[in-house]
This record gives sequence, C-alpha cells and structure tokens, in this order.
Amino acid sequence: MRIAGKKIKPATIAVYLTVIVVTVIMLLPFAWMLSASLKLDRDVFAFPIEWIPAQPRWQNYVDIWTKIPLALFIYNTSKLTIIVTLLQLLTSSFAAYAFAKLHFPYKNTLFLGYIATIAMPWQVYMVPQFLLMREFGLNNTHLALICLQAFTAFGVFLMRQFYMSIPTELCEAARIDGMNEYQIWAKIMLPLSKPALSTLTIFTFVTTWNDFLGPMIYLTKTELKTIQIGLRMFISQYSAEYGLIMAASVVALVPVLVVFLALQRFFVEGVASSGLKG
Amino acid sequence: MTTLSPAMSDRQPATTVRRKVRVVSRRRRRIENALIAYSFIAPNFLGFAVFTLGPILFAFALAFMHWDGSNPIEFAGLDNFWRLFEDRAFIDAFWNTIIYTAVSVPLTLACALGLAILLNQKIFGRDFFRTAMFFPYVASLVAVAVVWNMVFNPEMGPVNMLLYTIGIPPEDLPGWAADRHWAMVTVILFGIWKSMGYYMVIYLAGLQGINSELYEAAGLDGANAWQKFIHVTLPQLAPTTFFVTVMLTIQSFKVFDQVYMITQGGPGTSTLVLVYHIYNEAFISWDLGYSSMIALVLFLLVLVVTVVQFRRQRED
Repeated sequence: MRIAGKKIKPATIAVYLTVIVVTVIMLLPFAWMLSASLKLDRDVFAFPIEWIPAQPRWQNYVDIWTKIPLALFIYNTSKLTIIVTLLQLLTSSFAAYAFAKLHFPYKNTLFLGYIATIAMPWQVYMVPQFLLMREFGLNNTHLALICLQAFTAFGVFLMRQFYMSIPTELCEAARIDGMNEYQIWAKIMLPLSKPALSTLTIFTFVTTWNDFLGPMIYLTKTELKTIQIGLRMFISQYSAEYGLIMAASVVALVPVLVVFLALQRFFVEGVASSGLKG
Repeated sequence: MTTLSPAMSDRQPATTVRRKVRVVSRRRRRIENALIAYSFIAPNFLGFAVFTLGPILFAFALAFMHWDGSNPIEFAGLDNFWRLFEDRAFIDAFWNTIIYTAVSVPLTLACALGLAILLNQKIFGRDFFRTAMFFPYVASLVAVAVVWNMVFNPEMGPVNMLLYTIGIPPEDLPGWAADRHWAMVTVILFGIWKSMGYYMVIYLAGLQGINSELYEAAGLDGANAWQKFIHVTLPQLAPTTFFVTVMLTIQSFKVFDQVYMITQGGPGTSTLVLVYHIYNEAFISWDLGYSSMIALVLFLLVLVVTVVQFRRQRED
C-alpha cells in the first residue's frame, strides 16, 4: 500500500488501527460526558448520539454552582489535596534521604515496617483508624484526612528507590565541601529528584483529589465535604438531571487533568527510575 | 578529626589519653549521626506509626472482640471467626472477590502489555496516545462511574442502543449493572478500562529497560516478531510482570469504590465484595469486631497470594 508516495507496511496499518480504536474506547466516555453536559436532560439519551449539540446549553455550567455548594466542595478538596501533597513530598523525601544515604541503628527494621504495610489494604485497618481519630476528636475535621493520607509507606519507598540511584559520592563530596546533611538534602538531592517528586505528586494529588471512601467515612457535615462526595450526593439527589450531573463531573475532572498534563512528561521517567516497575 | 590524627609521640600515657579521646569522640559522632538520621525520619515515621502501624495492630486485636464503638469492649475469642461460616453474605462476598480478581488480573495484564508493546514503537502521535490511555486512571471515579452507568444504561444507554441497531433483539440485550448475571461483568469491564493505562506505563518503563542488542541478536538468528516476543520480550519483562501481578492482585482484592458507585453490591449479593462487606458491618451495623475479622480474612488472602507469587518468582 502507498500513501503520499511512501510504502507502508500492512503491519504498520494494523498497529495504527488498534491504537486508534483503543484510544477511542478510552476517551469516548469523556467525549460523551462533555457532550451530555451541554444538553437538556431529555436530549442526553437521544440516539443516534448528537456529539456536538446544535444548541449547546451553557446554562448547565451556571446552574451547578447554585444547585450544590460546588465552589465550597472544590475549595475543601483543593485545600486537602494541596496540604496532603506538600506534606507527603516533604516528609517522604526527608525520610527517604536517611534510608538511602545515612547509616543509623535499626535502619533495616524501620524500613521493613514501611515495606510490610505497602501491601496492606487500607480497608483492613480503616475501622480502628476511624476509632482512633474519633478518640482524638478528629472525626468531621479535615485534619483527620490529612493525617491519614500524608504519611504513606508508598511515598517513602518511591523516594528511597530513586535516591538509591543517585551516586553516594555526590553526598560525600558535598560533605567534604562542608555541607551538613540538611543542606545536602535541600541543595543536592531535591533538585536531582524531580522525576520522582513529579511521580509522587501525580499519585498523591490524584489519590487525594479522587478519594471517596475516606471523606465518606470522616466527613458528614456538608460544609466539610469534598468534591467527590459532593458530586455523589448531587447524583443521588438529582438523579434525573443528567445534563447537570455531567457538567458537575466535568468540573470535578478538570483540576486532575491540568496537574496530570503539566507533570506527565516526568511520569514515565519517574516510574522507570523509581523502581516502581519492580 | 585532624586533632585526633595518630599520635606521633612515643610517650605511652599521652597516646592512651589521645586514644580514649578518639574513642569517645567517635562514639559521640556516631550518636550525633544517628540523631541526624532520626531527625530526617521522624516527621514521616511518627505520623506513619500513629495513623497506620497502630491501627493495624489494633485491627488484629479487634477481630477477637465484640464492640459496637460505644459500649465497653468484650473479649469474643473465636466467635467472630465461626460467624464467618454462617454468614451467607460473607461467603458470597468472598467468592465474588475471588472471581473479580481471577478475571480482571489476567485481562488487565494482557491489555496493558499489549498496549505497551504497541506504544513502545515509534509511531506518530505516540505521546498523545499514551496520555489518552492513562487518563481514565487519573480521572475522578465518581464522575466516570456515573458516565459509565449512563452509557451502559439497559433501557436508553448508547451501548445497548448500538447493540439493538446492529440487530440484537431487545429481550437479549444485556441488563448490565441491573442484571444479576451481567453486574459483575460490568464492574470488571469498568475496572479494566480504568486501570490498564497505569499498568501500561509500568510496562513501558520495563520495555525501555530491555537491551536492544538482544533483539538484534535474535534477528540475526532469524527470529520473527512473534519469536522475539516469546523469547526476548517476555523473559526480559518477567520482573515487571511479577510486580504488575502483585499490584493488580492486591488492588483487585480491595476493590470497593467502583462497586459502590456502579452496582451498590447488587443486584442481591451478586457484586458484593469483601471490602463492601467490611464497610457495611463497620459503618452500617457498627459491628466493629466482626468487620475486623473480615478484614483479617482479606489481609490473609492478600498475604497468601503475595507469598505464593514471590515463591514462584524465585523458582523462575
């Protein structure tokens, strides 16, 4: 077969066809969501699907802000996500530096404590964790969610794997130059670990932003709720207002999309270099 | 350190004193170094110990207690354990979790590997395709689950409309989430769609680590594409496959959110899974001891499968 004078192998065509078909399947629900968010409820299920509505109903995007306290939910979620992500990045990379580059008693025991819990589903201990938080008077506070999401074994593990790949000579040279350990961490390790930090940022941001079970257990007051439970609440209250539901869903998706697109070029590199591939 | 450099003097006492100073100071340095290291670990470890390690230990103890969260705790011995065998819902949840895992792990793995191989080639728009495949993984579950429910709506969703248009009679159309037999299929399809992009990225990282000389050598030996895949790609990817299998298995055992959003465990108990049962027993019935016993079962399940997989990998 020839296209534009170039010879093209049938295998290449098959590869492109497969990739395009799968991509369409992956993205179609999002296209449908976007399209439905600009329709009247009665037009949402019209078949054949009118992908681009003739008269887009932008009003849906105005109405959602008054139907539910969407802005408040977004504010709550942003606050939680930003605090958790910052704490996670800071404490994980801090602890990981000691595990990767310093010598101290019980290093392996402590690290094993982290590793052993990576495989432990959160659901196994979510009940005692909830009781503990209640004991501390933290249920119905954002602090509870921050405490339970900011200090993960996963973060320490990911950062440590990356730091292991940075030559130890670099730290030794810095020590000879008179830097103390905190300076080495801040001025040498952190700048070198951008791929790992980006990977951890994406993971933490996405997990916290999209977390459902955590906020559902801890937050029962409407003014504290996050976008995910807010959205869920909206869906069960206005189950027939498809257009509005879709518009609210689009709004809930956008922040993650932005963070993901901004950091994704680091992502494959980060996964590759952090030993996440096993 | 310079002041402690080996003593040049031949006078015995002075050397001993200096050696002592050196020993004391070395120990002090070691303690100092350890303190510095602990100061690095402390912020994370304290939070981790209080909010993760502590509750885990508590969970194991709670499995052998009766507690409703407000009255005093009572020791229950093995009561909660025996109750598992009489609890129809638990048995259903157990098997549903096994079925979900047994079906979705191999399918997700195969899809992820296939996509990674396709997108590891130099094709036009590769970065766009990779990003597109990954996007469902980062997208809000609540949002995509509601779309999924609409798209797979048995009466008016576009999927069944399409099936109807290509000639499937209305009575044969799948009921998806509303049908006992199709509900699990719907949840599994959703899970694969949502997570395969993530495992594809892990496989891509694995593929990029394969030495290209291996392919050249295989090519010189006259291997075709399929033979290269079987004899070079797959063995070289074994560590990645191991990692992906373990991760996927753990993820599948703890599936909850998507079931909650798509089928609420129903119809009946057809998609009730272990974590859903834990959630119900804990936060609906406030039977905290029993819910911890189910959690213990979940933990043992994860542990057994992980250990078996580790053993098998070592044998390979």
